[in-house]
Amino acid sequence: MPILWLFLIVLAIAAGGYFLGRSRALQSAGGDSRSLHSLPSFYGANVFLKTIVPAFGLLILWLLVQPIYVNTQISGMIPETAIKEGSSRSLVLAEVRRAASGLDNAVEQGLITEDIAQNARADFTDMTQRLKDAGQVVTSNITQPILRAAQSYRVLNSTGRSAMTIAVLLAAVAGAAISLWQTNKVFRARNVVEQGVQVLLLAAASIAILTTVGIVLSLVFNTWEFFKLYPASDFFFGTTWSPSFSGRGGSSELGIIPLLWGTFYISLVALLVAVPIGLFAAIYLSEYASPRVRAFAKPLLEVLAGIPTIVYGLFALLTVGPLLLGVFGDEGLGWMKAGTAVVTAGLVMGIMLIPFVSSLSDDIINAVPQAMRDGSYGLGATQSETIRQVVLPAALPGIVGAILLAASRAIGETMIVVLGAGAAARLSLNPFEAMTTVTAKIVSQLTGDADFASPEALVAFALGMTLFILTLGLNVFALYIVRKYREQYE
Amino acid sequence: MTDASMENPGTGRRATSLTASDERTLKRAKAEKRFRLYGIIAIATGLFFLVVLFASILKEGIPAFTRTVVSVEFTLTEPQRAEAESTLFKTKAYSDLFITELNGKLAESGISVDFDEAAIERLLGKVGGTIRTFYSENPDQVGEPINFELAASSRVDGYFKGRVSRDTLQDSRFLQLSDLDLVDALTEAGVIKQVFNWPFITGADSGVDNPGGAGIGASVVGSFFMMLVVLALSLPIGVAASIYLEEFAPQNKFTDLIEVNISNLAAVPSIVFGILGLAVFIQFMHLPQSAPLVGGLVLTLMTLPTIIISTRASLKAVPPSIRDAALGVGASKMQAVFHHVLPLAAPGILTGTIIGLAQALGETAPLLLIGMVGFVARGYPDGFLAGFTEPNSVMPAQIYTWAARADVGFYEKAWGGIIILLMFLLTMNIIAIILRRRFERRW
Amino acid sequence: MNDMSRVERQVDANEIKLECRDCQVYYGDNHAIKDVNVDIEDKTVTAFIGPSGCGKSTFLRCLNRMNDTIDVARVEGSFKLDGEDIYDKRVDPVQLRAKVGMVFQKPNPFPKSIYDNVAYGPRIHGLARNKAELDEIVEKSLRRGAIWDEVKDRLDAPGTGLSGGQQQRLCIARAVATEPEVLLMDEPCSALDPIATAQVEELIDELRSRYSVVIVTHSMQQAARVSQKTAFFHLGNLVEFGETGQIFTNPEDPRTESYITGRIG
Repeated sequence: MPILWLFLIVLAIAAGGYFLGRSRALQSAGGDSRSLHSLPSFYGANVFLKTIVPAFGLLILWLLVQPIYVNTQISGMIPETAIKEGSSRSLVLAEVRRAASGLDNAVEQGLITEDIAQNARADFTDMTQRLKDAGQVVTSNITQPILRAAQSYRVLNSTGRSAMTIAVLLAAVAGAAISLWQTNKVFRARNVVEQGVQVLLLAAASIAILTTVGIVLSLVFNTWEFFKLYPASDFFFGTTWSPSFSGRGGSSELGIIPLLWGTFYISLVALLVAVPIGLFAAIYLSEYASPRVRAFAKPLLEVLAGIPTIVYGLFALLTVGPLLLGVFGDEGLGWMKAGTAVVTAGLVMGIMLIPFVSSLSDDIINAVPQAMRDGSYGLGATQSETIRQVVLPAALPGIVGAILLAASRAIGETMIVVLGAGAAARLSLNPFEAMTTVTAKIVSQLTGDADFASPEALVAFALGMTLFILTLGLNVFALYIVRKYREQYE
Repeated sequence: MTDASMENPGTGRRATSLTASDERTLKRAKAEKRFRLYGIIAIATGLFFLVVLFASILKEGIPAFTRTVVSVEFTLTEPQRAEAESTLFKTKAYSDLFITELNGKLAESGISVDFDEAAIERLLGKVGGTIRTFYSENPDQVGEPINFELAASSRVDGYFKGRVSRDTLQDSRFLQLSDLDLVDALTEAGVIKQVFNWPFITGADSGVDNPGGAGIGASVVGSFFMMLVVLALSLPIGVAASIYLEEFAPQNKFTDLIEVNISNLAAVPSIVFGILGLAVFIQFMHLPQSAPLVGGLVLTLMTLPTIIISTRASLKAVPPSIRDAALGVGASKMQAVFHHVLPLAAPGILTGTIIGLAQALGETAPLLLIGMVGFVARGYPDGFLAGFTEPNSVMPAQIYTWAARADVGFYEKAWGGIIILLMFLLTMNIIAIILRRRFERRW
Repeated sequence: MNDMSRVERQVDANEIKLECRDCQVYYGDNHAIKDVNVDIEDKTVTAFIGPSGCGKSTFLRCLNRMNDTIDVARVEGSFKLDGEDIYDKRVDPVQLRAKVGMVFQKPNPFPKSIYDNVAYGPRIHGLARNKAELDEIVEKSLRRGAIWDEVKDRLDAPGTGLSGGQQQRLCIARAVATEPEVLLMDEPCSALDPIATAQVEELIDELRSRYSVVIVTHSMQQAARVSQKTAFFHLGNLVEFGETGQIFTNPEDPRTESYITGRIG
C-alpha cells in the first residue's frame, strides 16, 4: 500500500522537523528557553504543521483529481466506433479499467512480463485468456482499442502515482525547510501555530458544508443524467412503476406517484400509532408520573429508540407480519393476502417512533412555564383541564413541530419498509395490501445488477433527490416552528 | 365601576360546602381519571411493544446458539484404513465403517432401528468424506479414539428446535419421515445432542443452501474495522468542529451556514448518505465496493452531526469562569481551550461519541448501497490493512442478507445475529452510562 | 348572592373567613413553616410581610392547597374555611381553589385571547349556562379588574400582548371571574413598574368590598398602604400578627421592629 507508506514517510519527516525546530529555537536562544518568544514546543509544532498540512493537502487533492484527469484522457482515446450498439462510453470505460487491473494481476502473478503488459500488440490474441487465467473477470474478448486504452490507463496511473509521491515528498520537505529557516528566538511561533490550528478547526467544521455539497452534487448530477434518458414529466406524474429487468430497454415505466403514495400511506399509519401513544406517554410522564415511575418508564421507552432499524425490519417481517396475517388473513377476517403490507410496516414504524414523539413532546411540555399551570390550578382547574386547555394549546406549535420531525423520520426510514412493506408499487387505499416506498425502491434499484448508466439505476438518484427535498423541507419547517416556540418562553 | 344590572349574571353557583360534591364536580373528577388512564394505557402499550419485541428476539434468536451434532467416538485402525483406501469407493468405505460404529452404539443402548446409508447422508451429509479428510490430514491419529462431532443437517436441527415436526414434514430428498425414527433412536442413545454453536459465533457466512454453517464472526470483524474508521475520523473531526463552533467561530454568515448544515444533516435520512457514498466514494473515487473503509467513511459523515451536537453541549456545560481563569493568568485562548475546557468536557464528549458509534454500528440502509449486502463473507481478512480494504460484510448487513434469503433456516441466524448486535450495543451504552455516572460534573 | 345576603355580610364584616392553627410545612427535610396561627377576616386585606425566604409565600400557597402540586411538600395543621377543614380527605382541591382564588407574582396570562383568559374559570366550573351569560361574566370581571376600558375593543387579542400591569390586572380579573370568596395574591406587584403598581394597589382596595384578600408583599410601604391586618414572618415563624397601623407604628416584637426599621431583611 504505497499511499500508506507515503503517509508514514511524511509523518516521519514532520516528526523529525518537530525536534529539529525545537532544538534550533533553543539554540538560537542560547539554550535559555526564557528568551524565546514562545515555548520551544511551539517552534516544533510550527515545523510539524507546515510539513504535514501542505503535503497532505496536496495528497488529497491529487487523489481526487488524478482519476478525473486519467478518465478524460482515456475517454478521448476511445473512438466512437469502438462503442458497440447498445453500450455506452461509461460501460467501455469500465471495461478498460477491468482490463487494466487484469493486466496488473497478470504481471503480479508472473503470467506476463511488465514489458508485454505495456506493449501487448504482438500476442494480442491470447490476452483475454491470459487475463482470465490471472483471475480477472473479463466479460468479452478484449478488442484492440480497449487494450490500448487499458495500457495507457496503467501508464498514466503509474506515472501519476510516481509524480504524486515526488510532489508530496517535495512539499513536505519544502515545508519543513522553510519553517526551520524561519525558526529563531524572535519568531512568534505560538501565534502562528494557533492561527494554523484555528484554520484546521475551521476546516473540520466546514466538512458539514462539504457533506451537504457532496449530497446535493451527487443527487443533482445523476438526476440530470436520468432526466436526459427519461422524461421528467413521466417521472413526476406517472402512475405506474414497473422497471424492466432486462436492463437497457425503453420499456420501463418509472412514475413516482405510486411510490410517494406508499411512502405517505405507511408514514400515516406509523404516525397514527406513534402520535397518540407518544403524546399521552409524554403527558403522563411529565405531568402525572411520580419521579420513581418516570425514572423507570422513560429510559425503558427510550430503549425503543436505540434499537437499530434492521431489528425492527426483521420484527416486521417475521413477527408482526405473520401475527397480523393470523388475524386479518385468510384464516381470520380474510382481508390480508401476505404478511408484508402497509399496516405491518406502519405499525412497526409507529413503534419505532413512539420514543421519538414522546421525548420530543416531553421536552416541549416541560418548556411550558410552571406559572401557566399555577395560574390554571389557582382558578380551580383539574389537572386534566389544565393540560388540555392550557398546557397543550401552549405547547401546540412545538408538538406540531415534533410530529413533523417524526413524519420526516418515517418518510426517510428504509429497513422497515424494505423488509416489511412488500415490493409491489400500487395505488390503493387498502392498508392490508403490500405497497412500496421511495426508500425501498432506492435500495432495490441500486443493489441490482443494472449498470449505473441505465435509467433503471439512475432513477434511484431522482428518487433520492425527491426524498432529500421532501425531508429537508419538513425538517426546516419543523425546526423553524420549534425554535419560534422556544423563543416564546425564553 | 360595578353596574347593578350585571351584578350576578352567573347564577349556577357551586355547592357551598367544600365536602359536598355536586354533579359537575363528580363529572370533572371522572374526566380527570379517564385522562390519567389514557396516559397509563399509552405507557403500558409502549412497554408492551418493547416486551413483545424482546420476547420475540429471544425466543427466535436463542436457538441459533445451539446446534445439533452427532457425536460418535470412533477409532480407525491402520488395517481398516488401508482396506478402505484400497477400495474403489473410498468415501463409501469410510461411511460404512461409521455406520457399523453407529450400529454398535445403538446395540449397546439396546435400541434397534433400521437405516441405510442414504438416511445417514440425509442426516449428516457426506460422512465418509469428512472422516477421510480428517485422517488424511492427521495420519498420526489413526488408531487413536477420536470423538467426531458431525453437524446434523438443517432439517434435523429444525426438528429439535420445533421448526420441523412429524405432522408437517413431507418426504423429500432432504429428510424423510422414517429418518426421524432414526433421529429419535440416536437421541435416546445419546449420540445426537445439542451443543453450543461456536461456529455461529466465530464462523463466516455460508452459501445460500447451507443455513447450518452460517456464522457471524466474519461480519463482526468487518464491523470492527468499520467502527475503527468511524472512530478515527469522526472523533477528531467532530471535536475539532465543535471547538471551532463553540469557542472560536465569529458571528457571521459562514458560521450560520455551518450551523444550519449540521442541524439539517442530523435529520437527513440515512439512505441519502448511502447515495452520497455510492456516488462519491465508489463512482467518483473508485474506492473498493463492500470495503469497511468505504462503509466507515459513509458512517463517519452520518455520525458527525450527532457527535458535534453532543460535544458542543459538553463544551457549553463548562462554565465560562474556567476560561476566564485561564485567560487571567495569561494563557492564550487556544491554551485555555485545550488545557482546561477540553479535559473538563472529555467525559461528556466520550459519552456522546460512544452513543454515536453505537448508532453507526446498527445502521444498515446506507451500507446496502455501497455493496455490503448479498456479499458472502466467506472468511476473515488476510491482515490488518486488508481488513479495511477487502470486501467484507458487517453485522447489520449480514443480518439483512440472511433475512432476505429464501431458506427459513437463515431466519434463526438473523435473530441470533440480532442478539449479538444488541449485546454489542448494550455494552457500548452501558460504558457510556458508566462514564456519565462516574465523571459527570455538576457546576 | 342576592342583596339580602350582601346586607348580612356587611353586618358581620369582620367574621373570620379562614382559621389556621398549628400549621407546619415541610419541604422534604426542611421545616419551612413552624407553628403558624392566623385568622384571616372577611372583607379585609391581610398582608404577609417578611424577609425573602421567610415562608410567607409558602404559607399563602397552603391556603388553597397549591402546595399539593409540589411533590416534596408536606402540610400539617388545621386550616378551616368557614369552619370546614380544607385538608380534609373529602375535599376536592379543585373545588377549594374555585373558592380561594390566586394571583401570582409574575403575570401569567394563558396564551389565549383576553376573553378566553377570563372565561376559562367560569367555563371549567360551569358558571354560565349560555354564551350571553358568559359574556356578561367576562365583562363584569374585567370591570372589577379595572381593565375593561382598556381592552373592551380587543377582547380577541392575545392576553400575552398586554403590558405588564395590564397582564396582572387581567390575571386578577381572571381570578375574580370564578366568584371566589378569598383572593390570594403572591407579590402581585413585584414584576410591575410603579405606575402599574399604583393601579393594582387601587384595585386591591376596591376588591376589599367583596372579597377577603390576602397579599404577600416585599414592600412594607405597600403593606401599609393596602392592608388592614399585617402578619410578619421570620424564618418560618409568625412573629407578629395584628392591625396594620399597630404593627407599623408600635410593634411588640423586637424582630418586627428591626425589620420595619430596615435592620434585618
